Amino acid sequence: MPGPLLSAIWYFGIVLEVAFVVCSVWRKSFFRYFFLNLYFLATLASGVVRYAVLSEFGQHSDQYRFAYFYTDVLLTLALYIALISLYTRIFAELEIGKYVRLTAVLLLAGTALFSYAVVAQSSDRLATTFAYELSQNLYFVGLVLTYILWGAILKLRETRTRLVQFVLALGIYFSAYAASYALFNLVSRYSVVFFLGPIVSCLLPLAWTTTMWRHSEESRLIPAQLVAVER
Amino acid sequence: MIWSITIFALSLATLLMFFVSYCRSLTAASSRHPLSREVRDVTGIEALPSGKDFVRVTQLLQLCPEHSEDRAGLQAVGLYYKILNFAQSRFAQTFPALQDWTERELAGCTNFAVVVLDRRIALSRAILAQEGEI
Repeated sequence: MPGPLLSAIWYFGIVLEVAFVVCSVWRKSFFRYFFLNLYFLATLASGVVRYAVLSEFGQHSDQYRFAYFYTDVLLTLALYIALISLYTRIFAELEIGKYVRLTAVLLLAGTALFSYAVVAQSSDRLATTFAYELSQNLYFVGLVLTYILWGAILKLRETRTRLVQFVLALGIYFSAYAASYALFNLVSRYSVVFFLGPIVSCLLPLAWTTTMWRHSEESRLIPAQLVAVER
Repeated sequence: MIWSITIFALSLATLLMFFVSYCRSLTAASSRHPLSREVRDVTGIEALPSGKDFVRVTQLLQLCPEHSEDRAGLQAVGLYYKILNFAQSRFAQTFPALQDWTERELAGCTNFAVVVLDRRIALSRAILAQEGEI
């Protein structure tokens, strides 16, 4: 079972995820940001599944490993869909939603094929290795897509405060997650790096809940103020 | 090893870029907020706030009842302020253009804190008024 500090971070994350969903309902924006809510609901559901498997079979069992990696890949997929939903909202006025969705499906299929090709040689534990590889690659694709979306926001001079802050928080989350994974590979002997991942996963619900609570759908920003170096 | 270092460096760079933009979106959202007479009297800021006022304003914030919706934003902007202050003290002499830019950004951070203070004063007044009615 995880230690008390990890459990505390885990519970804090759950509270923040519930807070986002409650906040969306309260602000009458649940369906407007349905896929963002769906991601947090999926996170809560995966938490329940993981906890049940952990209690039944223990942390080092194959069942827990399988449940962990497959719920992780499902969550990454849910976050990918949430990101694409932000894309369609940003590009709504250009009426290219159909092409955005088609590109997203092709990119997802390409990532899945690439992940399969990478792990196909190792026959043992193919299922969990594939889930792990797909999850990693989707995170990387997510980071690149968020970066492109941020560029589009600046180019299109997007003013909707909520959308801008949702995308930026997602960028922070993806970058921090990638940094924590890399740091884990570099200095895994230090126990502090074990806490980075769970702490980083609290950032996204915290930032999104704050945005949902503080800003209404009508809230607008001055686009020029978002560019770090004004031209 | 080299791959991990490269990923770490790249992700830190994008993290910093997104963090700066996120903080700018927070300060930009508060830039159009008209300041009340009360908050101007309390802070002594008549026209535009300057970066030097930030610490004093945050000390004033601690005197008001905390409002949970502002906490995360205030912490993020506080961290941004520290990063800017560090950049200004270390690199502004080498890159003079950085001096003006950081000064503008620091002023934006102070404005954000003043707007939060304004909200907290208004909230405290509303609570007092409600208690008075009871």
